[in-house]
Amino acid sequence: MTPLLSVNGITKTYGTHIGCADVSFDLYPGEVMGIVGESGSGKSTLLNCMAGHLVPDAGEVVFDTRADGPKDTVTMSEPERRMLSRTDWAFVHQHARDGLRMGVSAGGNVGERLMAVGERNYGDIRDKATDWLERVEISSDRVDDRPTTFSGGMQQRLQIARNLVTGPRLVFMDEPTGGLDVSVQARLLDLLRGLVRDMGLSAIIVTHDLAVVRLLADRLMVMKSGRVVEAGLTDQVLDDPQHVYSQLLVSSVLQV
Amino acid sequence: MTHQDEYNFAYLDEQTKRMIRRAILKGLAIPGYQVPFASREMPMPYGWGTGGVQVSAAVLTPDDTLKVIDQGADDTTNAVSIRTFFERTAGVETTTATTDASVIQTRHRIPEEPLTEGQILVYQVPIPEPLRFLEPRESETRKMHALEEYGLMHVKLYEDISRHGHIATSYAYPVKVEGRYVMDPSPIPKFDNPKLGDMAAVQLFGAGREQRIYALPPYTDVVSLDFEDHPFEASKADQICGLCGAEDSYLDEVITDDRGGRLFCCSDTDYCLSRRNAGFQGPAFPENEVTK
Amino acid sequence: MIELKDVSKTFTLHNQNSAVIEVINDVSLSVAKGECVALTGASGAGKSTLMRMIYGNYMTQAGEILIGNVDLVQAEPRDIIALRRDVLGYVSQFLRVVPRVPTLDVVAEPLRSVGVSSAEAEARAKELLSQLNIPERLWSLSPTTFSGGEQQRVNIARGFAHAYPAMLLDEPTASLDAANREVVLSLIEQAKVRGAAIIGIFHDEAARDRVCDREIDVSRFTPVAA
Repeated sequence: MTPLLSVNGITKTYGTHIGCADVSFDLYPGEVMGIVGESGSGKSTLLNCMAGHLVPDAGEVVFDTRADGPKDTVTMSEPERRMLSRTDWAFVHQHARDGLRMGVSAGGNVGERLMAVGERNYGDIRDKATDWLERVEISSDRVDDRPTTFSGGMQQRLQIARNLVTGPRLVFMDEPTGGLDVSVQARLLDLLRGLVRDMGLSAIIVTHDLAVVRLLADRLMVMKSGRVVEAGLTDQVLDDPQHVYSQLLVSSVLQV
Repeated sequence: MTHQDEYNFAYLDEQTKRMIRRAILKGLAIPGYQVPFASREMPMPYGWGTGGVQVSAAVLTPDDTLKVIDQGADDTTNAVSIRTFFERTAGVETTTATTDASVIQTRHRIPEEPLTEGQILVYQVPIPEPLRFLEPRESETRKMHALEEYGLMHVKLYEDISRHGHIATSYAYPVKVEGRYVMDPSPIPKFDNPKLGDMAAVQLFGAGREQRIYALPPYTDVVSLDFEDHPFEASKADQICGLCGAEDSYLDEVITDDRGGRLFCCSDTDYCLSRRNAGFQGPAFPENEVTK
Repeated sequence: MIELKDVSKTFTLHNQNSAVIEVINDVSLSVAKGECVALTGASGAGKSTLMRMIYGNYMTQAGEILIGNVDLVQAEPRDIIALRRDVLGYVSQFLRVVPRVPTLDVVAEPLRSVGVSSAEAEARAKELLSQLNIPERLWSLSPTTFSGGEQQRVNIARGFAHAYPAMLLDEPTASLDAANREVVLSLIEQAKVRGAAIIGIFHDEAARDRVCDREIDVSRFTPVAA
């Protein structure tokens, strides 16, 4: 089987400071991988390098494109990469307002990606937007409301709908449940799990919340000072961590 | 012309005009593409047509005949002052007759009379960037133009329909040029949009404050954006001109008294007048006729 | 079906003076299709540890753990994930679920993930939940709020939803009343009949005697105090 995403030796430095160093892994279709580590461990830098928001100093991010098979997205042309990020990729920001157009209605937010890939029938676009709002548990009568009138959890769900409407194959998530109430987090996790299973999505989730990765991720990478110190099955890494830092990380979590 | 106490022809110095002409030529070569240019301070405030004036100054020759309209009218302050400006600084002939003019500077209208080859229509543009409404970052909108990512433009129209049930944008209605660049046609009513395409005259757009020039060479393909199920419609008030009786021209609504009296009349004053001179009369005649 | 060859496990506690704890050494055992083997031994002998190693939950330092023809010790995470989805079931003592997910979906999920239609998966889940005497009014609620015994039964229903060829059962009858214990034991018997290879930990001796074909005393793999 061809990996959906194959990351080879990604390195990004900021001057003398290491963002992330020599990170490699393969992600297969349908897999969800978590990346954990404390603030500054390089997990967000890595995510942004993979998603094309940052240019790595070295390394490849090979994505199995629908048209041409595996292609390095770091060296592919910008139009091609941007096209990927509108179609086969999705990016869920920690703060919904970074991923939404706050001045545009919920329907317009969801419809944007459809229009970006050439849909030109208002009725169809609206139907799909409404359908997606319902899938993320937002009442369809809110379709014309702006996200500014939504709660934090609703905004995050709207952001997810907006990202998934074009049926992407790979979703990057940056602390998707950060900043939300615990009860709202649970609802979102449940939603994400269902979507991942039903759509056969692959996902890379950056978080510092070990409970989130335990519930969502099949695999886990632990990062420390820009390097991957341990990787493996999520429950194996959490229940039998091998590296000194992973052991510290796991033992530092308050039990509930 | 070389006297110290006189202006250079058409106010701007020759180097500036060369710079502007280069921008115009580039714009003509890439229809709909916004060409940056070093806009100069003009002896009038921004918003009074500084972009259009600079473009007019760059294209005017001593043999040209200039017409200036503001919302279709030759006789409003803006039109009169720009016309006077060029009479004084360039010494060119001026006219109010569309057919007699070789250069027409316009604010927010296209004349009703079809333009012909050899004529130049210069638009004054307040905001050249059609994507700005939804994407304020200039770095991002430039990239979107470069990569032809125009989904956002339809988001604007989508929002219109979702809010009003139809595309309520009635002026500055976005168009796609030669299947490539999305362009803001300046705040002309969308009634004028169909005239943009396949026009015999050269169309030049100047935005002074924003320092952008763009252009449509003659007979360019220009399509107004729309949805399959909400097609573009060039709309106007469902009336006829009260003065000349025209049914096909864009109408202004004029309040005539404080008792709710109103008059619809051609916004293109030259068109209206030439029809009246040709004997056409609207329903508001003859009682209201002002003797010339 | 399940075969262990010279399997050893140590824990290295980096944050406690790098203490190395040897847990079990040189385990070799095999379980055939249709066979149920009980792990026995005193508390702390390493029964649960061994079970978790066989599930891939704990890292194994040496040896081979073969489930079918996959060696869990060497397998890539995605192979283990596939193995757990299709071949290897595990009923732990604790229920770990996404909050807010209805019980019915919790039980049906293993079936859905192997591609069974939602309707069919739900039908099977309902059947198991009624067998295990979970009142129907609870099916639409999340099991996170259930009592310990109810959670245990939901866990068992989930574990038996898909007909795994290999199963690991950690105290499946603990904290169950007689009626439910009987249901669980018959589920185990049915699994054996269809050819599942089962390894279990049962403190309940009567249950062990009834369903297990053999016992393996884990204490004999426990290293002598280091």
